[in-house]
Amino acid sequence: MSNSQLTPGIVPARLPAATYADNFADHEPPFDVHEARVAADRCYFCHDAPCMTACPTSIDIPLFIRQIATGTPDAAAKTILSQNILGGMCARVCPTETLCEEACVRETAEGKPVEIGRLQRYATDVLMAKGVHPFTRAAATGKRVAVVGAGPSGLACAHRLAMKGHDVTVLERRPKPGGLNEYGIATYKATDDFAQREVEWLLKIGGITVKNGVTLGKDVVLADLMADYDAVFLGIGLAGVNALRAAGEDLPGVQNAVDFIADLRQAEDRAAVPVGRDVVVIGGGMTAVDAAVQSKLLGAENVTIVYRRGRDKMSASGYEQEHATQTGVRIIYGAAPVRVTGTGKAEAVEFAYTEDTPEGLKLKSETFTLKADQVFKAIGQTLAGVPDGITIAAGKLPRNPAPKLWCGGDCALGGEDLTVTAVAEGRDAAEEIHVALMGTAG
Amino acid sequence: MANLASNFIGIKSPNPFWLASAPPTDKEVNVRRAFEAGWGGVVWKTLGSEGPPVVNVNGPRYGAIWGADRRLLGLNNIELITDRPLEVNLREIKSVKRDYPDRALIISLMVPCDEDSWKDILSRIEDTGADGVELNFGCPHGMAERGMGSAVGQVPEYIEMVTRWVKKHSRMPCIVKLTPNITDVRKPAEAAKRGGADAVSLINTINSITSVDLDDFAPEPTIDGKGTHGGYCGPAVKPIALNMVAEIARNPVTAGLPISGIGGVTTWRDAAEFMALGAGNVQVCTAAMTYGFKVVQEMISGLSDYMDRKGFTSTADLVGRAVPNVTDWQFLNLNYVTKAHIDQDACIKCGRCYIACEDTSHQAIEMGPGRTFTVKDEECVACNLCVNVCPVENCITMVEMPKGKVDPRTGVPVGDYANWTMHPNNPSSQAAE
Ligand SMILES: Cc1cc2nc3c(=O)[nH]c(=O)nc-3n(C[C@H](O)[C@H](O)[C@H](O)COP(=O)(O)O)c2cc1C
Ligand code: SF4
Repeated sequence: MSNSQLTPGIVPARLPAATYADNFADHEPPFDVHEARVAADRCYFCHDAPCMTACPTSIDIPLFIRQIATGTPDAAAKTILSQNILGGMCARVCPTETLCEEACVRETAEGKPVEIGRLQRYATDVLMAKGVHPFTRAAATGKRVAVVGAGPSGLACAHRLAMKGHDVTVLERRPKPGGLNEYGIATYKATDDFAQREVEWLLKIGGITVKNGVTLGKDVVLADLMADYDAVFLGIGLAGVNALRAAGEDLPGVQNAVDFIADLRQAEDRAAVPVGRDVVVIGGGMTAVDAAVQSKLLGAENVTIVYRRGRDKMSASGYEQEHATQTGVRIIYGAAPVRVTGTGKAEAVEFAYTEDTPEGLKLKSETFTLKADQVFKAIGQTLAGVPDGITIAAGKLPRNPAPKLWCGGDCALGGEDLTVTAVAEGRDAAEEIHVALMGTAG
Repeated sequence: MANLASNFIGIKSPNPFWLASAPPTDKEVNVRRAFEAGWGGVVWKTLGSEGPPVVNVNGPRYGAIWGADRRLLGLNNIELITDRPLEVNLREIKSVKRDYPDRALIISLMVPCDEDSWKDILSRIEDTGADGVELNFGCPHGMAERGMGSAVGQVPEYIEMVTRWVKKHSRMPCIVKLTPNITDVRKPAEAAKRGGADAVSLINTINSITSVDLDDFAPEPTIDGKGTHGGYCGPAVKPIALNMVAEIARNPVTAGLPISGIGGVTTWRDAAEFMALGAGNVQVCTAAMTYGFKVVQEMISGLSDYMDRKGFTSTADLVGRAVPNVTDWQFLNLNYVTKAHIDQDACIKCGRCYIACEDTSHQAIEMGPGRTFTVKDEECVACNLCVNVCPVENCITMVEMPKGKVDPRTGVPVGDYANWTMHPNNPSSQAAE
């Protein structure tokens, strides 16, 4: 093929074949032993450490870093994984700059936090490379739990339940387990099929059966699960995508950012993934950034993120925004789409500038138009496929809507929609289920 | 730029920084490089008797301990005296001294403990042009097993005897290098003085095992599965050396005996501290072995800046200035009351002061909302632990309570000077009823 960055339309192979491997290589390469020791030396072993408080899974960060510093990364990994069984993925995808590393006292002291995320990755990588699973199951309880959704919350819940001696069946609608770890994370953040390797490693605990291609509401209904199992956990994520509510939304070329990200993740050959010459991404979260950056890495000539509010309101962190602009993505703040135009396919998007007023966001009269052969919608996901009988609150499922039924992760109330929060909720639900089933903790 | 010129027992050097007798001074090539880098003097690597030279191990001879970022804090060695023939060393010494007449060049000696051996070696070095001799009574390993080095330095009578021989058979200024591997450093220093030494230098290295290989179960450095204790030096030994220097400086018997201060000198500040405690000059080994000869340039500029700031026109203004303030515990003022104070603007909220005081000291720091740490004056005994563990310099300071003010911990107003000898709890106190 002889496509280039300048080829009009949505086409594959815009770049020389050799560039893809580089473009989608590990975003932050792992520490080697020496780098890890130097980075670990910087930790002050704070009392009641602020980083630990900032971590949704409350990993004992000073302890694991000290374990790295003293040459025992396996012990460090166990400290991490005992709180967060997906500590390996979290080390790659957590916005540490707004979590643990933002709280680090060395951020206060000299604007350079201890590199907690990369140290966590170092320890978990070392352990996983040995193929060691450091946890064992308690004596079998004879209890059976169904977990719906093999995403971060479902997996964390399943692992903790299995560890406590329960038998777990995980039902997943997609062909592979992992949820957003497998389908939703930017390719360069989880290279080398990490999401699948992590799931395989997690399942080594035993006692967990994963069934892929099983959709709740279609292949199985909640009432039957509730009848068949001693408890049910729903970690079904947010399967719906918000609409633009702008004219022309249905034109070919207008697409959900999440689908693009998933397709790219699943593509055997990145070069085969088509991308526009002029890409416009609408939204302000991590999904918008991931779609925009990857469009650029696939060879789009112009990529613009348009977010309706100001920079500080954007839910993608400052670090993420910087990463986008460094990759060559342009970010326009304070503008909302009015219509997508084009004959037979998307050709441009018209935007109006916005104004934040006490009555909410208002469109101003000034408008501008961006050329766009591909438009990504990244304005949030919504709950979809809620089983009958559950009353949703604030667009989410309650954490414990009925006896024997728990919910966690992005679909459930509480916390930000982050992998790490999902892990915490899945784990905590497992603890509660255990108490409910056994009548006692421990 | 202050005048750093130094005159130590009549030996002149452009600055008070000498390289201690050790590998950095073992060969002409090193010493020339040292002088080019700016060192004021060197004590040549210890020479032994004529005849076949000693041999060193052929496996690793150094071990170390490290602080954060693998900063070398302590070095240990099992090296012996020079393993090169005497004639070679003498020829090189002569040649270097001829080319650097303004630098101090001292020859370190260690020969068997009989008068003939000393008489002989002294005659051999006579015409090298060297400025003086240093008697190595300090090496704690290897040579000590053969009745030399610290085997001599641990017996005051031997020190006195050998020093007497040296003064009898040589006109050269004589420095006696002391070992720290003794219980009371004043005794060997007194012996050196009785023997007629012009000065003492200290410390030589401290008996040590730096680490153990936990797979081979042998001390490191390990030679074919075995290890032996070595001599410890570097930043870690500085506090020990400073105390020993001060003990000799304030001992009435040895007061005024010139001291060459050695042990962990790494920066100009370390050097100034040794000098304030009575050292006329300093010798350096590990800092040079860690960073190369260029470190002397920081020592020179740093000491010079400091002296300018203090208005000192000669190093003599600094030497011994802190000696009168070294006293015994019993004379410390028990009515000097301070309290820790935490600068909230400088605090980075790590909580280390809190947990140190709470777990191991006096529960005198309060952790408030938003991780605010404040000192409870009514509990603080002023131990200084919080200051020592705080990662931010000067964030926690000790503030003196003015006289007359009530110490909230004891309920007693801060009084006039009073020490333990006057304290009512002291059974032998002389305090008035
Ligand atoms: C490898 C090594 C060899 C040494 N050899 C000698 C020696 O031959 N004669 C001697 O008097 N001191 C010797 N020393 C001791 C040093 O001169 C010095 O007293 C000691 O290292 C403390 O100073 P520092 O802390 O600056 O290193 C040696 C030290 C080292 C590290
Ligand atoms: S000086 Fe000692 S007692 Fe006082 S606050 Fe600090 S650690 Fe606690």
